[in-house]
Amino acid sequence: MEVIRDNKIKNLKETLEKELSSTADLVDLDKIRVAYLGKKGSVTGLLKGMKDLSHEERKEFGKKVNELKSSVADTIEKKKAELKEKEIEAEIKTMPAFDITTPVDVAKGSYHPITLVQRQCETIFKSMGFTVEDYSEVVTDYECFESLNIPKHHPARDMQDTYYLENGQLLKSQTSAAQNAIIKKYGKSLVEKGTPIKAIFPGRCFRNEATDATHENTFFQMEGVMVDKDISISNLIYFMKTMLSEVFKKDIKVRLRPGFFPFVEPGFELDINCLICGGEGCPSCNRSGWLELCPCGMIHPEVLKEGGVDPEEYTGFAFGLGLTRLVMMKYGVKDIRDLNSGNLKALSQFTDDEV
Amino acid sequence: MFLSMNWISDFVDLSGLDKIELINKFSLSTAEVENEIFYKGSDLSGIVVAEIKSIEDHPESKKLHLLKVDIGENELVDVVCGAPNVKVGLKTAFAKIGAKIGEIEITPRKLAGYTSNGMCCSEAEIGISDDNSGIMEITDDVKNGTDLKDIYEIDDIVFEVDNKSLTNRPDLWGHYGIAREFAALSGRELKPIETVDLSKYDGLKKIDIKIEDPLCYRYSGLQVENINRNTSPVNMRIRLFYCGMRAINFLADLTNYLMLEMGQPMHAFDSRKVEKIRIKRFDKPFTFQTLDGEERNIDENTLMICNDNTPVAIAGIMGGLDSEIVDDTTTLTLESATFDAASIRKSTVRLAHRTDASMRYEKSLDPEMTVTAIARFVKLLSDYDNGIEVVSSLTDEYAYKYDKVTLEFDKAFVDKYTGIEISDDRIINTLSSLGFKAEQSGENFKVEVPSWRATKDVTIKADIIEEITRIYGYDNFDVNTTRSPLYPVRMDQVKSDEEKIKDLLVKKYNLHEVHSYVWAYNDEQKEIGIPVEENIKLANATNPNIETIRRSIIPTQLCQIKSNTGYAPTFGIFEIGRVVEGVDENNLCIEKKKLAITVYSKTVSIKALYLKLRDVLATLSSDIKHRDLTFKKAEPEHSFEHPVNLNYIILDGKVIGKIGIAHPVVAKKIDKKGSVVYAEIDVEEFSSVSNAGIHYSEPSKFPPMTYDLSVELGSETLFADLTECWKGVGEDILKGVKIVDTYDTETIHSITIRYEFSSNERTLSSNEVQDIMDKIIENLNKIGVSLRK
Repeated sequence: MEVIRDNKIKNLKETLEKELSSTADLVDLDKIRVAYLGKKGSVTGLLKGMKDLSHEERKEFGKKVNELKSSVADTIEKKKAELKEKEIEAEIKTMPAFDITTPVDVAKGSYHPITLVQRQCETIFKSMGFTVEDYSEVVTDYECFESLNIPKHHPARDMQDTYYLENGQLLKSQTSAAQNAIIKKYGKSLVEKGTPIKAIFPGRCFRNEATDATHENTFFQMEGVMVDKDISISNLIYFMKTMLSEVFKKDIKVRLRPGFFPFVEPGFELDINCLICGGEGCPSCNRSGWLELCPCGMIHPEVLKEGGVDPEEYTGFAFGLGLTRLVMMKYGVKDIRDLNSGNLKALSQFTDDEV
Repeated sequence: MFLSMNWISDFVDLSGLDKIELINKFSLSTAEVENEIFYKGSDLSGIVVAEIKSIEDHPESKKLHLLKVDIGENELVDVVCGAPNVKVGLKTAFAKIGAKIGEIEITPRKLAGYTSNGMCCSEAEIGISDDNSGIMEITDDVKNGTDLKDIYEIDDIVFEVDNKSLTNRPDLWGHYGIAREFAALSGRELKPIETVDLSKYDGLKKIDIKIEDPLCYRYSGLQVENINRNTSPVNMRIRLFYCGMRAINFLADLTNYLMLEMGQPMHAFDSRKVEKIRIKRFDKPFTFQTLDGEERNIDENTLMICNDNTPVAIAGIMGGLDSEIVDDTTTLTLESATFDAASIRKSTVRLAHRTDASMRYEKSLDPEMTVTAIARFVKLLSDYDNGIEVVSSLTDEYAYKYDKVTLEFDKAFVDKYTGIEISDDRIINTLSSLGFKAEQSGENFKVEVPSWRATKDVTIKADIIEEITRIYGYDNFDVNTTRSPLYPVRMDQVKSDEEKIKDLLVKKYNLHEVHSYVWAYNDEQKEIGIPVEENIKLANATNPNIETIRRSIIPTQLCQIKSNTGYAPTFGIFEIGRVVEGVDENNLCIEKKKLAITVYSKTVSIKALYLKLRDVLATLSSDIKHRDLTFKKAEPEHSFEHPVNLNYIILDGKVIGKIGIAHPVVAKKIDKKGSVVYAEIDVEEFSSVSNAGIHYSEPSKFPPMTYDLSVELGSETLFADLTECWKGVGEDILKGVKIVDTYDTETIHSITIRYEFSSNERTLSSNEVQDIMDKIIENLNKIGVSLRK
């Protein structure tokens, strides 16, 4: 009898192996598992008729069936792992290779190029301890002229074609219009605590003139001032050179020429060596090798006085950088009018350009 | 202004120095020199004096003549010449065989059958004037064959200075002042200007001159007779021509020459017309004919030179036709005067007539110069026409004298201002070379400013710094950073919020930042049906399309959207810009800084676009301020606003802006099939709301529970109405509410709301959650919201 029982186990094992070898599917495998190991499965079925066996035999046979059970379970598990692996392999095989070289469609917003260049300048000056100030676009005659040592009928007013408003105010023709307010704002702390005035103020400026590819009635400047006890011309040149080298990311040659602006004394025109020809002379720089970029100078004593700062004790420098000009030079924008056009074909190209 | 190196060299010996380098130095230290430098005469060689010895008519040509000319060689030269002014004995400029005129080299050349062995030249051909009417007529006693360059100053280096860079330098409007700069820059001596001593005429009669107006500072006059010379010396004419002036006649040329040399404008009257010189303004406007023949309107602010009560010249601008020198003039009265600069400038603007004289007077000329100029004039006059006779004494009315300017400073001041070390000697030498009287005692300097710099240019110590440093050369400066103490820098709140806004809009929402103008665009707005709203206007707009300042950026952006509809099926633009919302009680503009966003789509539904824009705004608020936005229905105020879906944007209880859709009239004009939504918020209002900050809460260790509720909403019910139903009901365990599903049919609008409950203290029981939900459902029922069947 025992032999018969052993044969049953053996046969069962053999049948299982046969069935497993022809199985390539996890669903079928599960069916097999149920067929062998389920409540009504064949392994469980072996235990039928056990009640007819002797205690010894029952013990012996039970042990064998249990061994069979775990060996069947093992075999099925192994097969399962094998099938799973095969399935993954098959999945990998069926994955097509995508054409990564197709034209890309990058969804991106854009900054106005003025924002980009302004941020670059701001970053540089902030790193040197300058505050960034904001100022209105409508200003008074006092702010734009009187406080800057440009009284009524001063010839310097002819140099700027100012947009006046009906109420006598005006659209600021230069960022210098904020100078007086900035000096007043920080002057107290300069005098009382010795905190130097270090500020830049970027902003929109307006000139009443006909527009063409190189002239705009609305453009951006960035004014900067520094006032302290011993601010010198030497310092001014240093700051200008440093900032411009940072903006253009290369060592920039600068030169100063005397320039007349009533709110500075001495006043300068700052030129940089032409970025296109490197100073050799080309059409862009009118063959001179130099580009006029930034009027600057030592703040006129009257301007300091008007801002409540004693010019005998303090000196300072100021500069007015043409941000719009800088943008055009940096990115090669040929027509200044593109900048205010809202034309996205032009503007959407300026995604980001961190310093 | 063109400047001649030859002329400058009259006053400072620059021999042995590199002139071009000096000119560059001048550009870096004094005033901007234009790039192109003119090497006059450099392309000219082989031009000699030739005398016409015989003339024969050309047998076949009416115009041409066959000449034999003497060029100082053994044999006469055969020349064919077409000039009308040929005559035997005339000395002219002659280009020999081998001579060069520009690109042309002179070779024997056949002209109508006859060989011409050279060419008789006009002044224009050799570039010394624009006279091309005939060949040059040389009246000077010069030997035939002499190279013209040996007798005339044809070779010269001429450069141009940008007039704008001379606005503040009255002393640089003549060669003598320029020569002073070259002297200082080269370390050479400035020569005194040669004049005659006018005191020898003191015994002669005075001219009747009275200054009756404070706008005239000084008026000097002298009368001269017996001027016989008519044509100016060649060298004088060359200089005038090289400096951009045409030779007219000796007297006119001489006044021009004086002006270009000393910067002092002068005028010559027919003495018969100016017996009683009065300088004054008139009470009433009138017309006056200037010597160019133009009738000009003179008003009560224009200073006039008069013969008693008859105007004879517009002071400092132009003489009158009636008092001009004419053929039978025997005595002339020279005027050398100084006037109030601002007055001349204003008159020039009023008359729209700027002359070489007024250009100089506008700069505040040195009144000390008037008499020297007359003395120089008489010197040149008598040098070139020795028969002249001075018939009056120098008459000099000096009504207003500038104060002497003396400045004192110490070495420390110079050190502090420059930031470099400049030696005491250098300071003194520089100032002296520029004509300042500089003295030093110990650490202190005392400087007397020369009259030609003291009219307005140099008045304070800082001006002296400029003099010292510009001659020192900015290229020679040591460049140093400051020694200022460092303090932390706080970013302006508005500014920093602005940057965050820009970053979010660009990086998170792919919007495009644009710029625009602060005024409304009449024409463009009209095209999309948005009339320009009344607001403050520009007072001096030259273009009627840009007259009114905008009240909102949105119309501008709608125009920009229209011009970009082809850019992409869906896109959005934004700008942080200014608007003016009228004027306040003090008549000052109420300027606001606004963020405007406009989004367009051909493909996205208007509802989705609108809610997306709402999300953008809410993100700005939650990201930058850690606060939620709320919205409240708004009434339309502008023609571009669609009355439906117009909402105020509210942050921390404050209305900060509006969100809406474009009015259908406008939207259809932008794009028939597209949708346009916009929002505009006040950046300063936004920024003034404090950042609520991050409020950290410990994550619960107990399992959360969720409860989904599907409700049907009427068309009028807002989600905000529902939120009222669970306000305060959930106590502290209702942690979140969101919509997880929406279901819409023609008749039903229904949503599924998921409520999330959790507690940090305990595991929640389904009973307590159910109790809360029952209350919520009851509240919902009260406002007419029922559960979905």
